[in-house]
Amino acid sequence: MIKVSMKVNGKPVSAEVEARTLLVTYIRENLRLTGTHVGCDTAQCGACTVLMNGRAIKSCSIVAMQAEGADLMTIEGVAKADGTLHPMQQAFKENHGLQCGFCTPGMVMNALDFAKSHPNPTEQEVRESLEGNLCRCTGYHNIVKSIMAGARAMGGKL
Amino acid sequence: MNAPASSSVLGARLTRKEDYRFLTGTGQFTDDVALSNQSYAVFVRSPHAHAKIKSIKTDKAKSAKGVLAVYTGEDLANAKVGGLPCGWLITGTDGKPMKEPPFPPLAQGKVRHVGERVAVVIAETLAQARDAADKVKVDYEELPAVVDLTKARKASAIHDIAPDNTCYVWALGDKAATDAAFAKAAHVTKLEFWNNRLVPNAIEPRSANATYSRAGDEYTLYVASQNPHVERLLMTAFVLGLPESKVRVVAPDVGGGFGSKIYLYGEDVVVTWAAKQLNRAVKWTADRSESYVSDAHGRDHLTVAELALDKDGKFLAMRVKTTANLGAYLSTFASCIPTILYATLLAGQYTTPLIYCEVTAVFTNTTPVDAYRGAGRPEATYVVERLVETAAREMKIDPLEIRRRNFIREFPYQTPVALCYDTGNYEATLDAALQLADVKNFGKRKDESAKRGKLRGIGYACYIEACGIAPSNVAGSLGARAGLFEAGEIRVHPTGTVTVFTGSHSHGQGHETTFAQVVADRLGLPMENVEVVHGDTSKILFGMGTYGSRSIAVGGTAIVKALDKIVAKGKKIAAHLLEASESDVEYDRGEFKVAGTDRKKTFGEVAFAAYVPHNYPLDKLEPGLNENAFYDPTNFTFPAGSYVCEVEVDKDTGNTQIVSFTAVDDFGKIINPMIVEGQVHGGLAQGIGQALTEGCRYESSGQLVTGSFMDYCIPRSSDVPLFKIDTRETPCTHNPLGVKGCGEAGAIGAPAAVMNAITDALGVKDVPMPATAQTVWKHLQEKSHARV
Repeated sequence: MIKVSMKVNGKPVSAEVEARTLLVTYIRENLRLTGTHVGCDTAQCGACTVLMNGRAIKSCSIVAMQAEGADLMTIEGVAKADGTLHPMQQAFKENHGLQCGFCTPGMVMNALDFAKSHPNPTEQEVRESLEGNLCRCTGYHNIVKSIMAGARAMGGKL
Repeated sequence: MNAPASSSVLGARLTRKEDYRFLTGTGQFTDDVALSNQSYAVFVRSPHAHAKIKSIKTDKAKSAKGVLAVYTGEDLANAKVGGLPCGWLITGTDGKPMKEPPFPPLAQGKVRHVGERVAVVIAETLAQARDAADKVKVDYEELPAVVDLTKARKASAIHDIAPDNTCYVWALGDKAATDAAFAKAAHVTKLEFWNNRLVPNAIEPRSANATYSRAGDEYTLYVASQNPHVERLLMTAFVLGLPESKVRVVAPDVGGGFGSKIYLYGEDVVVTWAAKQLNRAVKWTADRSESYVSDAHGRDHLTVAELALDKDGKFLAMRVKTTANLGAYLSTFASCIPTILYATLLAGQYTTPLIYCEVTAVFTNTTPVDAYRGAGRPEATYVVERLVETAAREMKIDPLEIRRRNFIREFPYQTPVALCYDTGNYEATLDAALQLADVKNFGKRKDESAKRGKLRGIGYACYIEACGIAPSNVAGSLGARAGLFEAGEIRVHPTGTVTVFTGSHSHGQGHETTFAQVVADRLGLPMENVEVVHGDTSKILFGMGTYGSRSIAVGGTAIVKALDKIVAKGKKIAAHLLEASESDVEYDRGEFKVAGTDRKKTFGEVAFAAYVPHNYPLDKLEPGLNENAFYDPTNFTFPAGSYVCEVEVDKDTGNTQIVSFTAVDDFGKIINPMIVEGQVHGGLAQGIGQALTEGCRYESSGQLVTGSFMDYCIPRSSDVPLFKIDTRETPCTHNPLGVKGCGEAGAIGAPAAVMNAITDALGVKDVPMPATAQTVWKHLQEKSHARV
C-alpha cells in the first residue's frame, strides 16, 4: 500500500492505496466523490474526465500515484461554495444539455478546459473538442449548444 | 425555474428539476451506492460460444485473499434458484407454444454464448474479487457454434428442447389473399436486407447492489433498472420464490436504458441471493467489455420484403418473411419484439389492404436479443419505407407523390395487421418537413455538391409508431404474461405541497419535470410545490416502468386519474368549509370556489382541513388527502412523423456525411417541448448510428469482434449534424392529456431516411446497414451491377 496525497477541489487529501489503483478509483472509492463516472474500460467515453493541474484528463487512464501532489478539480468542485452553478453548468441546464446525467460530469469538465482557450467557439470547434466524450442520450445537439453558450459566458476564464 | 401557477405550465419549455444534481455530481447511480458491510462480485464468464462444462475448480479462488465465496450454477440449482422467465408467450403457426429453454442465472452443464455467466466470486474488495476470478478454472469441451441466423435451423442444437434451434414460426395476416393480390399486381418491388444487430450501450454500465437484513429477513436491491416493480415481480415470483413484501427494489438514478435495463438479468438474481448467503451487501458493476457480451442486444433480422402495386403506384399488398435472431436464451421480452411489436406496424402510414408477415425466430450462440429503442417498430418502418422509396424509383413516380397516393386519411383506421389507429394527419407532418428541409432547392444543393466532387442524396421516411402497449386483456390474449397498466399516487401534504409517486421510471426522460408540469397545471400549483418520486418499490404502490414510449401516455394518465380523485375529494371538503352544496363547488387554478360567488378556499386551506379535521365532515368523509389510480389504456397511441435526410458521399473514400436531417413529428399534445426535442435528438442519433456506424459482428466461432467502443462505433459528436425539428399536433383521442409518446420516434424513422438518402446519392437499389465508408465505397465500385 502506498500513501497518495494531492489537492482535490481545493482541499488536501490523502489515502493509502494499492499501487495499481486508478485515479478514478481513488476519487470514487477512497474520496467518495462519486460524481466522476466510469462508462468504459478503453478510455473512450470520457465520463471520468477531471481537471488535473487545469487540464482535462481521463482519470481512468492514469494510476492515482501519477497524480501525487497534483491539483485536481472534479465535478463536485465546479459550482460555487454556496451551491450556485458555474456558468458552464448553468449553460448545460438552460440548453437541456443533459438527459440521464451520466456522461454529464465528464462533458462539463472537458468543456471547462476547452472554453478557457475558446471564449467564442464555432460549432465545428465544439464538436472536435467532444471527440473523447460519448453521450448516448442527447445526440450531442444540446451539448454542442450548451458548450457554445457556456464558453461565451465564461469569457476565457475558469 | 419558478413557473407561474397557471395553465401556462403545460406546454412550457421549463428547465429540468433533476438537472442540478447531475450537474454537480450529486446524482446517485447504482455504483455510487456504498452500503455498510459492502462486498464486491465479479463474474467468471464463458470464453466459448458453445461448450460443455466438464468441471469447475474453485478451490484456489476460494482460498485467495479476501474471498468470501465462489458460487457456480450447481450451487444455485441446489438452492432451488429458478431460471429467468420470459414475459410473453408466442403461439406458433402450428398452434404450439414457443420453445422456452431453461435460462439459469449461472450456467449449468453448458455454455451457449461468449460472456455467459459461469461462476461468481465475491470478495472484500473489487480488486481481490478480480484476482480470484482468474483462479477459477473451468474445463470446457467446445461444441460447434452457430451465429448466423440463416444457418441456425441446420446447426447442432443449442437447447435440447429446440432441436432445430427454432423458438417459433409465427405469422400474421391473410396469406392466400395477399398471394392473390401479388399475382395480379402491375409491379412488385422486392428487397432483401439485414436489420443490423445493435448493442444498446447506455453510458452507465449495468450495476446491482443487494443487501440482506436478518432482523427482518428482508432484501434490498439497488439496480440500474427501467422498471423496479417488474424486476421484483419476476425475481421473487419466478426465480427466488420469495414474498414480494420481503424484497425492496430501488432503481435510483439510472444512466440511460434504451431497453437494455428492462430485463431481469442473472447478475441481479445472483447478488440478491448471495446477499443472504453471506449476510453482506454484494455489489456488481459491469465493465464496458462485460456490457457488450451481457446486455441484451437489439434488432438482428434478416428480411425478404415485397410490395405489390397497381399501375398508378397504389399499394395492393405487402409480403414479409423475417428470420429473427433471439440469441442463446429468451430474454425477458424477446419473443414479442419480432412479432407483436413488428408485424403489427407494417401498414405504416398507408392503406395497404393486405399484409402477410411470417417470422421465424431462432436461437444462436450469441448474446440474447431483446427490445432496443423502438423494438420491432424500427425494423417495421425500415421494411415499409425502404420498399416504398424503392418502388417509387422503380416505377418512376416521385417518392413523395407515391406516399401521398397511399396515405391513410380517415380515422379511426383499422389496419390489416390488428392495430386500429385512432387519429393522425400524415400529410401535415410531411408538408411541414418538406418546407423545413427546403426540399424544393435540393437540386441546387446537389449541383453544388457535385462541383466539390461529392454525391448528394435525399431520402424520406414516414413512420408510424405504437406506444403504450395496451389494453392488458388484449395483450394477455396475445400472450403477454404481465399487465400493461400504470399506477400513480398523489399525496397532498397538510401544507398543500404535493408528492407524486409514479410507477414509470425516468432514466434521462425528465419525468420529475414533465410529470410535475402535469400536476402543477391540473392543480394550479407552483412547480416548486410538486415533487415527483419514482424508482423505489417501497415508496411506490406498483408500476410497470418505462419502455415503449409509454410513460406520459400511460403513467401520465394514471397521475391525471389520481388528480381527478384529489379534486373530487377536495370539493367535498371545500363544500363543507364553505357551507355550500358540493355540486356548486368548482376547482380553478388552486382555488375551490362556490360558483357565481366570491366565496372560496385555497388548495392549501382544503389540504390543511383534511389533515387537521377540526371543522370537517368526519361522519361522511375520511380525513387525509391522498389518492391513487391504476390506468389501463383502451388502445395504443400512434405517434407519426416525416423525416428528410440529406447526405453527401465522398466518391473517393465512401465516407458519408449527414449534411441535413429534418424531423417533423406528431406526438399529440406536448407537455415540455424542450424535453421532447431532446428525446427526438437522441433517437435520431441512435437511428443514424444504426444506419451509418453501428454493426455488431460475431466471427463464425462465436467470438464478439465488436466488443468495445473502439470496435463498435456509437455516434460521436462529429457523426451527427444539428437537427432541424418541429412538431404538428393531432391529440390522442383516448387519453385525457391527448399525449402519444416521443421516446423512440427518432430511432424508428431515421435508419430508413438515411439509407434512402444514401441509395439516392449512389443511384443503387440497396446498401446494407451500417453504411460505413468501406461498405459505401464497395458499392460505388460495384454500382454498374446494381443500378436501379
